[in-house]
Amino acid sequence: MDIFLQQLVNGLTLGSIYALVALGYTMVYGIMELINFAHGEVVMVGALVALTVIQGLSGLGWPVPLAVLAGILAAMVLCMTLGFVIERVAYRPLRRAPKLAPLITAIGLSIVLQQLAALIWGRGYLSFPPVLPSASIVWGGVIITAIQGVIIVLAGLIMAGLLVLVQKTALGRAMRATAQNPAVAQLMGVNTDRVIALTFVLGSALAAVAGVMVVSYYNVGHYTMGFMLGLKAFTAAVLGGIGNLPGAMLGGLLLGVVEALGAGYIGDLTGGFFGSNYKDVFAFMVLIGVLVFHPNGLLGSRAQEKV
Amino acid sequence: MGRSRSLGLAVVAIMLLALPFVTDAALGHSWVRILDFALLYVLLALGLNIVVGYAGLLDLGYVAFFAVGAYCYGLLASPHFDLHWPLWVLLPMGAMLAASFGVLLGTPTLGLRGDYLAIVTLGFGEIIRIFLNNLNTPVNITNGPQGVSLIDPLRIGPWSLGQVHHLGGFDVPVVVNVYFLFLLGVLLAVVLSRRLERSRIGRAWAAIREDEIAAASMGLHTRNLKLLAFAMGASFGGLSGGLFAGFQGFVSPESFTLQESVMILCMVVLGGMGNIAGVVLGAILLSVLPEALRAAGSLQQDLLGHVWVDPSNLRMLLFGLALVLMMLLRPEGLLPARARQRELHG
Repeated sequence: MDIFLQQLVNGLTLGSIYALVALGYTMVYGIMELINFAHGEVVMVGALVALTVIQGLSGLGWPVPLAVLAGILAAMVLCMTLGFVIERVAYRPLRRAPKLAPLITAIGLSIVLQQLAALIWGRGYLSFPPVLPSASIVWGGVIITAIQGVIIVLAGLIMAGLLVLVQKTALGRAMRATAQNPAVAQLMGVNTDRVIALTFVLGSALAAVAGVMVVSYYNVGHYTMGFMLGLKAFTAAVLGGIGNLPGAMLGGLLLGVVEALGAGYIGDLTGGFFGSNYKDVFAFMVLIGVLVFHPNGLLGSRAQEKV
Repeated sequence: MGRSRSLGLAVVAIMLLALPFVTDAALGHSWVRILDFALLYVLLALGLNIVVGYAGLLDLGYVAFFAVGAYCYGLLASPHFDLHWPLWVLLPMGAMLAASFGVLLGTPTLGLRGDYLAIVTLGFGEIIRIFLNNLNTPVNITNGPQGVSLIDPLRIGPWSLGQVHHLGGFDVPVVVNVYFLFLLGVLLAVVLSRRLERSRIGRAWAAIREDEIAAASMGLHTRNLKLLAFAMGASFGGLSGGLFAGFQGFVSPESFTLQESVMILCMVVLGGMGNIAGVVLGAILLSVLPEALRAAGSLQQDLLGHVWVDPSNLRMLLFGLALVLMMLLRPEGLLPARARQRELHG
């Protein structure tokens, strides 16, 4: 039972990160029906930038909280710029093109970002500086580390903030209007180009935070880390119902828990045939399962392909 | 067939037959080997072209089918299981196995929106690699990261392509033997692609590609047709996988990364989706490119005293850029299909 609860906590941590990334996919998808393949790479850039900044600043003797904050800010600024540029360069010119075109630029772009990262940070694994407190609380046999606590709480706050933004502010209203019908939204005075750009920027900011969480949680960064993470977060978005914000959050948390529990128990369940090195396969199984049995996701509305 | 056209074909045929000998004499074995690989890539690109170019479905894990074919050959014709099945069983088997994987993967996804397929195939490409890497315990099936080695060389009846033959005073080296087998495969694929493109099925694919809803309302069974395209493309991948395994004598999960899938996609996009000549051109250009880039590596060493940009890094960077730029500037490719050109430029 302790193992179960422990894996649940680990899963929730992981799930919070997936949820933040999944929000980026789902926001873009909701507004322009496009899978932004490059989103995973944005997370990677955020992670590596934060790692470098935190390492550099704490090397200069900055106090840890300040260095971490600076790292997060630097990652956010860079990722937001990146998101803006990606939309401008790769997606905006192709809005009227056949559907295959933006998918191909997206995969091209994610390769470019990966290779640029490999040029800047090298091909090796980068370790996160051991500056964060390794404190933890033990609660009924379950260990919750400080980092896990911070990740879960921070992700929760950010998601709540995002929901308020989308439901209560003028920008949120413009986003919802654009998602529903861009042409009519434009006639009603919404600057849809600006809204779409802002959606990308917002999603990238979330990706940056998620990136910082990933490196500080696993203590390691690599130029290919965005790929699997992106794939899983996308799965989370589909699981929750793509285009649906609470769905992405739910999907992320669920996927994290499924993965953690699966990795913990698969060895016992299959008599040792499959080990935890198959944990990356779970997300994929979930994706296929959802697509087969419930393609609209848990909270998604029935999607009709538009004529 | 017009007289000039058959003359043209004859010239091309003679050139294709003479090419490996001339290359061997002028540049040596290693360049014939590059030619062999170029042919293999042509085969792969033609297969992906059926999926992406004809049916308009984006497959980002195409290399998985290549892997299926390669492991099928590798496992059943090597000391690993001590099985040594003949080529004429293994090649069709690899192709069919790959096709059935394609159907398995396509069935849940092809009825849905097009972009789901892209991400599912992307995942599938990685998953296959995870399985190949880990299916060595507790029962050793794939031999894990070490891969399968000592695979039987390609052999047609008593004729092993893995050794030098003497024909009428000529020495025919291994790489040249293989060249002809691969050329045969490519020709088969070209003929098949051409016939398919102009058949009822090919026209149905074009209709689905251009407007799926319209195609469905004209009575086309879109899901089955897409599944057919997917399986057909996969079978080309499986076939070239088998050829690859027999030629290399060794397969490991390392050969089947996302980068390979992207490279094959790049060949199709750069050359011209849906046009056989374009795809062939794209495949040849991009499979020779790494050789040119190797020179770029040593050039940097000479000029700057240090390799700043690793050639394999540079290669992927160029592929990524090519995908983006082609879509933005010349979406029809270098050698466009006629229909596609009309669509894009009125």
